[in-house]
Amino acid sequence: MAVSQTRNLGLPLINLLRLKGVPILQQLHLEERLLRTSSDNWCIINDGTIDPTIVMGVSGKPQELLEIESILRDDIPVIRRFTGGGTVIVDQGTIFVTFICNKDTVPGLQSYPQPIMSWSSLLYKKVFQGIGDFRLRENDYVLGDRKFGGNAQSITKNRWVHHTSFLWDYEISNMGYLKLPKRAPEYRQARDHLEFICRMKDYISRSSFIDSTIEAVGSEFLLRSAELEDAHCTLGSKFEPSSRLLRKQELGEAIFKSLTASQS
Amino acid sequence: MASKLWATRAASYLKISFQYRGFATVIKDLKYADSHEWVKVEGNSATVGITDHAQDHLGDVVYVELPDEGAEVKQGASFGAVESVKATSDINSPISGKVVEVNTKLNDSPGLVNASPYESGWIIKVEINNADEVKSLMDPDQYSKFCEEEDAKH
Repeated sequence: MAVSQTRNLGLPLINLLRLKGVPILQQLHLEERLLRTSSDNWCIINDGTIDPTIVMGVSGKPQELLEIESILRDDIPVIRRFTGGGTVIVDQGTIFVTFICNKDTVPGLQSYPQPIMSWSSLLYKKVFQGIGDFRLRENDYVLGDRKFGGNAQSITKNRWVHHTSFLWDYEISNMGYLKLPKRAPEYRQARDHLEFICRMKDYISRSSFIDSTIEAVGSEFLLRSAELEDAHCTLGSKFEPSSRLLRKQELGEAIFKSLTASQS
Repeated sequence: MASKLWATRAASYLKISFQYRGFATVIKDLKYADSHEWVKVEGNSATVGITDHAQDHLGDVVYVELPDEGAEVKQGASFGAVESVKATSDINSPISGKVVEVNTKLNDSPGLVNASPYESGWIIKVEINNADEVKSLMDPDQYSKFCEEEDAKH
């Protein structure tokens, strides 16, 4: 114990917040508040979220990305999050890992999208060492040529957040709510969702993935366990997060937009 | 340098070739913030955008979040964002004042920020409060040096 503490001297401190089944909107609000109003580094791991929920990036257009009629019929919530990137459907089979850091925390890391993603991919490479052919491919986390995690970022003047939703497991039927996106990486080669993604459970157990991730984080940071109450205590009360649930009316209007677009 | 070793290691793992682009363009008569925005002041009116250095490091811009006309901006504070490579990145105002015009062309053509960061990729026009604020910004030579030093550190 004394030896590992000595080895950790000089590493930046990070608060490790372990959650289970927290609703994804609540998680996103927490992340945005910590990004904007905290000066600490945070690693948040949320093991599953309770209800299937669709999460679009900041600029996502529902009419282009979603099968809206099915979504309205089945009452699936749709969220627009504060980070960039594409659309995911998350549920109890999703494991979320988020890093929120000050820009000077990682030595030599420039807070731009690609360097941050390269850094995180090296961290996850440790997790998948000997388990699967993991790599960062055109900004996606893949095992072989199949994507198993969606990642996105938000970068402010002095801090950044990098978050990932890992597909430990998923429901085939849920993927039917998502259209093939217009903007897709080349390696996707027009494959539909089920041919393009894979389940992490085929490679690693849930607890092993979480434990290995914590170990990898511990090799670069000095971990300090935190509770949800700790995170809420540090937060400024005036800040209003931008991630939000889309109203049914908005989704209905999006159907109208897609109909008029197809007729023009 | 630790940063170059780290970057080389990442590049090798990712199997990408690593080419330095050379120095980013800097325009005379503009002033620059350390968060890589530029401002052109003409009387009590200012035009703001992001620099060539910024657009190069951000990657292809796919979306620009613009403020509303009439919004107040404050020097050093964020007023909007660009999206590139799955990331939203804040745009911070180099000057305080009121937004009088936004570049609506960026709604359909966000790539103008990459293609023409100092001209057709401008982002907002501001009626400025205090022209003295410009004195705290960098001139072109200072900004060029700042960019070189920043890139060398990482």
